[in-house]
Amino acid sequence: MTKQHANWSPYDNNGGTCVAIAGADYCVIAADTRMSTGYNILTRDYSKICKLADKCLMASSGFQADVRALQKQLSARHLIYQHQHNKQMSCPAMAQLLSNTLYYKRFFPYYAFNVLGGLDTEGKGCVYTYDAVGSYERVGYSAQGSGATLITPFLDNQLKSPSPLLLPAKDAVTPLTEDEAVDLVKVVFASATERDIYTVSSCVYRVL
Amino acid sequence: YPYVTGTSVVGVKYKDGILMASDMGASYGSTLRYKSVERMKPIGKHSLLGASGEISDFQEILRYLDELILYDNMWDDGNSLGPKEVHSYLTRVMYNRRNKFNPLWNSLVLGGVKNGKKYLGTVSMIGVHFEDNHVATGFGNHLARPILREEWREDLSYEDGVKLLEKCMRVLLYRDRSAVNKIQIAKITEEGVSISKPYSLRTFWEFNAFRNPTVGAEGSW
Repeated sequence: MTKQHANWSPYDNNGGTCVAIAGADYCVIAADTRMSTGYNILTRDYSKICKLADKCLMASSGFQADVRALQKQLSARHLIYQHQHNKQMSCPAMAQLLSNTLYYKRFFPYYAFNVLGGLDTEGKGCVYTYDAVGSYERVGYSAQGSGATLITPFLDNQLKSPSPLLLPAKDAVTPLTEDEAVDLVKVVFASATERDIYTVSSCVYRVL
Repeated sequence: YPYVTGTSVVGVKYKDGILMASDMGASYGSTLRYKSVERMKPIGKHSLLGASGEISDFQEILRYLDELILYDNMWDDGNSLGPKEVHSYLTRVMYNRRNKFNPLWNSLVLGGVKNGKKYLGTVSMIGVHFEDNHVATGFGNHLARPILREEWREDLSYEDGVKLLEKCMRVLLYRDRSAVNKIQIAKITEEGVSISKPYSLRTFWEFNAFRNPTVGAEGSW
């Protein structure tokens, strides 16, 4: 008996780019607004950012249906947390939750490339970056999605983040002011748009 | 895999609500087998669903929605499911089926008006969904949406909306091999749904580009 394998794929890449930058007391998260499939544009103003908690925003690019399912999952879990603990989830806690949620589907992954941004319990900016199956790291800035390869080197140059291997551990947050970081993000999207067909310069950004 | 399929559905928001158009054909592979299939149906009081893709899956979706609306009515609580809710429900259903590797092979367009707010959204067979001022499925994405991007404006009148949709359907008729010249236009406003009687579009086949398509490029198609 021949095994019939699916000739359709359950995944699709709806494109898009997400960026987050952490500062001393703020965090900027931005994502472009184009949703595409193959060479077509589906819509021009779809926001990829989701507010999971008071101090925690998630931006995700990749397969939109999975992204939406992930957002719903996390929002629901956050609601339960609020009911059980009578407080909002902190960003580091949400970061762990996102990682676990992604790994839960290790053998049929959420095709979502996430960047979590917010303020940690001390009020300092924090950015966590993920892959599709949940491995994560706290960083000073991050880009994910189709334009990530264009944006990350530029951010490396501008923000000069210290190596995480250094001892004593140096803080990865940028010394830029909030306005400077927002300007940087706008510039970064403009450049990515020049060369990435899945990214547009129209982007939504939130600052915490 | 789909056997009997419907072609594109096009929807736009206009001044009083949503206008949606689709033809009445259903193809069995390359045969235009059925020519009187209504691919748009009202859902509850506030929504209109149009589908392209496998017709039998569309009929199953209608059965799911019937049950959903039935339960909603049985609550008898003065609240009724609006288009946003139905769209959300459909998204979850489609996503769930694709998770089980057994998708409902449809692309759906869901439009409606509730409490003055217009809603127009679409769901694909793998669960990708979004809402916009104008949506289309299948070939409509390639042929109709560019026209709509150019010519859609806020607050279209009913007549202008119908003309715009007819323009899109005419292009689809010329260029989509599975299109049939028997279309319906459905309108949904705060007052309710009305689906027009089927009618044909006037076509013109004497364009120079049609008579002589390879002018300037002999040997090409």
